Amino acid sequence: MTSNYKLSFDSLRFQLADIDAWLLVADTRGVNVWCAAGKGTFSTEEIIYSVQQSRLQQLVNHRTLILPQLGATGVAAYKLTKGCGFKAKFGPIRSNDLPRFLRNKQRTDETMRSVTFNLRERAVLIPVEIYLLMKPMAIATLAVLLLSGIGPSIFSATAAWSRGAYFIGASLIGVGCGAFLVPLILPWLPGRQFWIKGLLPGLAGSLICWGLFVSTGEVTPLEGLSLLLWITAFSSYLAMNFTGSTPFTSPSGVEHEMRRGMVFQATAVAVSLLLWLASPFIG
Amino acid sequence: MQDFRYIDNIVTLQLDGKSCIGCGNCVTVCPHRIFGLTERKAEITDRDACMECGACAKNCPVGAISVNPGVGCAAEIMAQWVNKLAGRKIIDGCC
Ligand code: SF4
Ligand code: SF4
Repeated sequence: MTSNYKLSFDSLRFQLADIDAWLLVADTRGVNVWCAAGKGTFSTEEIIYSVQQSRLQQLVNHRTLILPQLGATGVAAYKLTKGCGFKAKFGPIRSNDLPRFLRNKQRTDETMRSVTFNLRERAVLIPVEIYLLMKPMAIATLAVLLLSGIGPSIFSATAAWSRGAYFIGASLIGVGCGAFLVPLILPWLPGRQFWIKGLLPGLAGSLICWGLFVSTGEVTPLEGLSLLLWITAFSSYLAMNFTGSTPFTSPSGVEHEMRRGMVFQATAVAVSLLLWLASPFIG
Repeated sequence: MQDFRYIDNIVTLQLDGKSCIGCGNCVTVCPHRIFGLTERKAEITDRDACMECGACAKNCPVGAISVNPGVGCAAEIMAQWVNKLAGRKIIDGCC
């Protein structure tokens, strides 16, 4: 039993290439098992419906369904026997454990039943994070260009470009910290809350920014301070956003940390923008 | 998953030992291996590792487990806040 998320289905077919088995695919509208179970499309009712719709009873003579373990948030397995005549059993979490599970008289062990979040699993999430960031980043870039042009001469297009470029450079450093570095070195970052985990990479990025722009005299220290606050807040925010991609953060915990993290982020961004706007008048 | 610890003392997971019939479903489904079974009674061995996915409560035939289920995702919670403020659904969350 699986969902009709293309990647799950393909990897399942690949893993089961040498194994003679029936696959029953529930219509989850292209969403993976974990998300569909959370959203209620991979549900007890959906499984019963799929079994009846496919006339599974006439196709096979056994009466056991193997469900992906991560579907358990949406499926009450003990209700299936009554609902469709098939006894349901939860198999391993990852499809690459299925051959071993089947050889092992359909028994799982603890490793098959535990979620993992190793370096490779974290690294593949980075492009997704970046892709989701592109649109908001484009809008923010425009806003920053406009703000950077404001100065003693009311608005200067040259200042918009030259100063705006530094801010954009700083934002890219922020992305590097929050969306690249944080996922990669997650287990070693200090702090339990993600917004705190994002601070250290943010500060490291700020130092790089300081070295590139302030030490070389390209921007004033005041502007440098503004960029520092911006990078740190941005990295902290991106780290907080990464909670959605991890398999161990609880909603109660995320809500708890957002109430704290967002106060810090909003304050830092406000101060950063103020400094950025004020610096052409002061320095 | 021992490399990853989230915030302590915050999850809503509760087990009512009296009504448990020891079927072991919760032990099976939990992706963080939080339940153990001793003398036909379930017990919580590592409560702070729970991510409130709700699989255990969903698969307990006697309703002995309660948890406030959801996804631990900042975008989802932001969406909930915004939608609550607006009184209708204006943005989608995760997944
Ligand atoms: S809610 Fe999910 S993570 Fe928490 S104990 Fe139940 S099955 Fe395990
Ligand atoms: S699923 Fe419910 S009844 Fe079964 S062992 Fe767990 S708590 Fe007890």
